[in-house]
Amino acid sequence: MSPDSAPILNVSKLVKRFGGFHALDGLSFHVLSGEILGLVGPNGSGKTTAINVISGLYAPDGGEVVLDGVSIGGVASHKLVHRGVNRTFQVPKPFLSLTVRQNIEVALAYGRAVGTPPEMAALLEQYRLTEVADRPAADLNNAQQKMLDLVRALATRPRLLLLDELAAGLNPTELDWIAGHIKALAQSGTAIIVVEHLMGFIEQITDRVIVMNAGKEIFEGKLAVAVRVPQVIEVFLGGEHAA
Amino acid sequence: MPSSFKHTLFIVLLLLAVFAVLPGVYQNHLLLFNFVIFLILAQGVNIIYGFTGYLPFGYVGFFGAGAYGFAIMVMHFQAPAALAVIVGGLVGVALGLLLTPLLRLSGAYFAIANLAASLAVLHFVANPALENITRGPYGVSLTGTFNPTLAYAAALVVLALTLGAVVYLKNSRFGLALQAVREDAVSASMAGVDVVRMRVIAWLASALVAGLAGGVYAWYLSVFYPDNVFSGDFSIFAIVFALFGGVATICGPIVGVIILYGIYNLIGFTTPQYFQLIYGLLIMGLVLFLPAGLVSLATRRGWHVP
Ligand SMILES: Nc1ncnc2c1ncn2[C@@H]1O[C@H](COP(=O)(O)OP(=O)(O)O)[C@@H](O)[C@H]1O
Ligand SMILES: [Mg+2]
Repeated sequence: MSPDSAPILNVSKLVKRFGGFHALDGLSFHVLSGEILGLVGPNGSGKTTAINVISGLYAPDGGEVVLDGVSIGGVASHKLVHRGVNRTFQVPKPFLSLTVRQNIEVALAYGRAVGTPPEMAALLEQYRLTEVADRPAADLNNAQQKMLDLVRALATRPRLLLLDELAAGLNPTELDWIAGHIKALAQSGTAIIVVEHLMGFIEQITDRVIVMNAGKEIFEGKLAVAVRVPQVIEVFLGGEHAA
Repeated sequence: MPSSFKHTLFIVLLLLAVFAVLPGVYQNHLLLFNFVIFLILAQGVNIIYGFTGYLPFGYVGFFGAGAYGFAIMVMHFQAPAALAVIVGGLVGVALGLLLTPLLRLSGAYFAIANLAASLAVLHFVANPALENITRGPYGVSLTGTFNPTLAYAAALVVLALTLGAVVYLKNSRFGLALQAVREDAVSASMAGVDVVRMRVIAWLASALVAGLAGGVYAWYLSVFYPDNVFSGDFSIFAIVFALFGGVATICGPIVGVIILYGIYNLIGFTTPQYFQLIYGLLIMGLVLFLPAGLVSLATRRGWHVP
């Protein structure tokens, strides 16, 4: 992996409140093009909320999200997609009654991918969806629905890709397989933020991690270092799940 | 041309041909005309409900507005009927634009707000203070344009346009994107679809359809009162027919109108005492056993229904 030095995304002092509760409480970090950044932290620490704000689902209540040097806080999701941001969902969200092919067609038709658009057949093949291409997405198992989420995102040619627990529920062989794909995407210049609980997987693919707790960053750097930081250990052991 | 598209075209043209020929062999022209009106309205409901998921309980608002758009053009501007029908459609679109904020509501809230809006339009039109413009509660009489034959032909043209629009939705990327919005608006936005814009377009298209239908209805009747063209029965019938047959298809609403409106006219006249009972049972049975409409009997078997 060879991240170049241009930060594609800069998040600074991001705040997102739900009622009086601060889901994001001054979160700051950046990602470089071609970099794979891990976003880890216990359940409820605000990882998904961060992705939701960056992908335009929620407007931030404070702070800034800067894409390519331009502030994008509050810009509608579809416009961000056209500017090269896309994501998957922790609980996959395909168009259930449309076929797999139709799911992808929508993104190919409306995603305004820059350059030559990706090819349907290649996407189906690479993410092992060819056999189910003409079945309704509702017929897919959870792992396949996650792949469909990913393919829908890739059909728009994102330069910044946010993956929310994509690997959860995959078996070890599948994990290696998807890790290979994610690394290849980064190598082609895509900046990728990976939210994941599987530390082995994070270790295998990320260049750097941000550890979050209670809507804030508590550590930034290599995962191997993070696991020796007392504050990080405490957050994970004190949390409701052990990573 | 893909074969499914040919099938669709065949069904659409057959339907139009049958309704073009029927007045020559069947006396009850008003009944035929009403069939055509409900075929249009059921497809209009199909556009907004089948393709976006918004249930328009006040759909008749556009229909009545179209009828009054027609009447005002004829009464005050001596417009030719065909032009007045087009204005009726545009009045429907204008009302649709006015009501676009309703699209922010979801589910039952949208349905109720839409119903309330249609009642508001009725009371606005029927207000005695507007007698000089709408003739208020006293109704309109448009003897100058009275021509049921031409009005029937115009209804067929509107039906053809409406069916054309639904065929387009079923076979275009635009229609696919609308269905994606209906399935999951958040995911649709992540596919790059401008969700708000899509919903507004579908909403205005279905308002246009109802406005045009209201225009030809006014042309055909020539004499009517606000309660006639703003009757909630139009909304309920159009919705029930569309749902009974199955929305998001071209055939579903057609099948729904032919069967249910057919039964309505058969038992409604011969044995009215059983009508409500049979109708009620039919609809209950459908909701319980075939929530996706009659066409789902075929789709469940893996058959493609255009
Ligand atoms: N839409 C929402 N409404 C209210 N609270 C929310 C919403 N989304 C997230 N939260 C709350 O914000 C906190 C962070 O959630 P989330 O970002 O999903 O955490 P993570 O992905 O790290 O597990 C949680 O306490 C969650 O309950
Ligand atoms: Mg989460």
